[in-house]
Amino acid sequence: MDFIKHQIEKIKPNFEKGGKWEKHYYSFEALETFLFAPATTNGIKGAQIRDAIDLKRLMMTVIISMVPCLLFGMWNVGHQHFLAIGQASATFGQKFWVGIVQVMPVVVVSYGVGLGIEFIFATFRRHPVNEGFLVTGMLIPLVMPPDIPLWQVAIATAFAVIIGKEAFGGTGMNVLNVALTARAFLYFAYPTDISGSVWTYLGDAKAAAGYSGATPLSLAADAATTGTNVVSSLNSFGAGWNEGVFSFSNMFMGIMPGCIGETSTLMCLIGAFILIATGAGSWKVIVSVFGGAYAMGLLLNLIGGNAFMEMPAHYHLVIGGLAFGAVFMATDPVTASQTETGKWIYGILIGMFTVLIRVFNPAYPEGIMLAILLMNVFAPLIDYFVVNANKKRRLQRATV
Amino acid sequence: MSTAAAELEVVEKKAEPLFSKKNKTLITNPLDIDNPITVQILGVCSALAVTTQMKPAFVMSLGLMIVTASSNVVISMMRNSIPSRIRIIVQLAVVSLWVILVDQLLKAYVYDVSKQLSVFVGLIITNCIVMGRLEAFAMANKPWPSFLDGIGNGLGYGVILMLVAFVRELFGGGSLFGYKVFDALGIHYQGNGLLLLPAGACILVGVIIWVQRTLNGHRESH
Repeated sequence: MDFIKHQIEKIKPNFEKGGKWEKHYYSFEALETFLFAPATTNGIKGAQIRDAIDLKRLMMTVIISMVPCLLFGMWNVGHQHFLAIGQASATFGQKFWVGIVQVMPVVVVSYGVGLGIEFIFATFRRHPVNEGFLVTGMLIPLVMPPDIPLWQVAIATAFAVIIGKEAFGGTGMNVLNVALTARAFLYFAYPTDISGSVWTYLGDAKAAAGYSGATPLSLAADAATTGTNVVSSLNSFGAGWNEGVFSFSNMFMGIMPGCIGETSTLMCLIGAFILIATGAGSWKVIVSVFGGAYAMGLLLNLIGGNAFMEMPAHYHLVIGGLAFGAVFMATDPVTASQTETGKWIYGILIGMFTVLIRVFNPAYPEGIMLAILLMNVFAPLIDYFVVNANKKRRLQRATV
Repeated sequence: MSTAAAELEVVEKKAEPLFSKKNKTLITNPLDIDNPITVQILGVCSALAVTTQMKPAFVMSLGLMIVTASSNVVISMMRNSIPSRIRIIVQLAVVSLWVILVDQLLKAYVYDVSKQLSVFVGLIITNCIVMGRLEAFAMANKPWPSFLDGIGNGLGYGVILMLVAFVRELFGGGSLFGYKVFDALGIHYQGNGLLLLPAGACILVGVIIWVQRTLNGHRESH
């Protein structure tokens, strides 16, 4: 560590005012503050909050909370691969290796493209490199199918960073969640590569007998038209090549096909625990998204009508990407509601819209992405009404 | 004294050449600093709707240019005799006349494009650019400048339309004017579905506005 610090101190004068690489000062500064806490301090006047945590440290906390999802996702990609080609006897190491080979390029492309654009904008606009992409760059791979073409990841990342973030002024100014903007871009631009039967990595191998790329959500949507019981069709799915893949406990564990990092509700809950314990994420948003989805599920159960609506409400919490969205996407402090009451409203509406889109819109099998993006847009409005209601309440109490 | 002054003015007006500096700006301003789409944000609806391919976008720009220029001339000639209380309905009647003419011509000579444009030719009647130019320019200026103003704004609209349509058709469908560019080059190109949606066009218009304002430094005045 001392060696790196020494080297950085040595080349520092080159980047400062008057140095020969003055133009690249902000790129240098980003690297320096990423590695070491900055040496500059505030002036002695005024009130100061003394805390070692800054934006870069906060972002690292969020990344650490995503590690369980990433590691589990890598193993799961390999596990599903070997099940789908009928080689269930593959070892843990083989499965993990297949996962690493599939997932790491996506992570590298996402970080490479995103940080490249961040550095270019920082150099041209002469502002410090934004830290926000550290988290976004990890979120993007986790919400991609394992087999996604890398050039699509590159285009989507570039689109999300430029249109979703830089156009609005950079980190902290974006209206929409950047990682979800990337996913929504792919969803509308290249729908065949991110919907349908793309959730298991097959490679060149031949699929096992009886293999089907269906997901719990597509099975449930089919059930709405055929009228079969959703739970029984989920339990009987995969007979012969992947018995019991869609049983409730299995879906909670996340040992099923899906996006790289979002299948496991358990790993998302571990991430949620880290976020809440360190104060990086709002527990109100997480709880209210789950609560809203569960309440909407119960309401649909009461109404009844078709087999999807009659699916037990707790199934909604473990299928699709609800848990991942609730923990890592909805809690994004920039795009969520800022007021404490607003967070409850924001979260509950996300959960309710997710279930509504799932059940009633056959064009979009999963609703969490669109529900979060929709509520991102409404978050400032929610805050406006909450603040105004508070003002009104306090004015009534005033005796002047 | 007053007649002398009036005579002087007439002489001055007559001395003004057909393409004086002032008249030239009537053509050039709408192309950049006074663009109907990117600066005045008018006519965006049709800019999003007809730009999936270049051919309909081209025909649409041409149609709008003809309608704007001709209505500007007619209204400008009538401007002193239109009672101001009913001016909007008079303007509408004039615009409808030209729109119907354009529509009939399209149906007669380029029927397939006319089908693609569907209601959007008819909707030129309520296009904000046409009405805006009549209200803001033709009602207060002579026929010749009004004509130039109509051509200029039609061009400004057309330039943006063609730009948007170029990107949408090339990267959305992989062709230009219906010619499969990527296939001809021997490249397999997977079309970008987002660009074919109206939302994609809206983002494109936004990007054009961003680039334009970066280049010419235009800022909204508050």
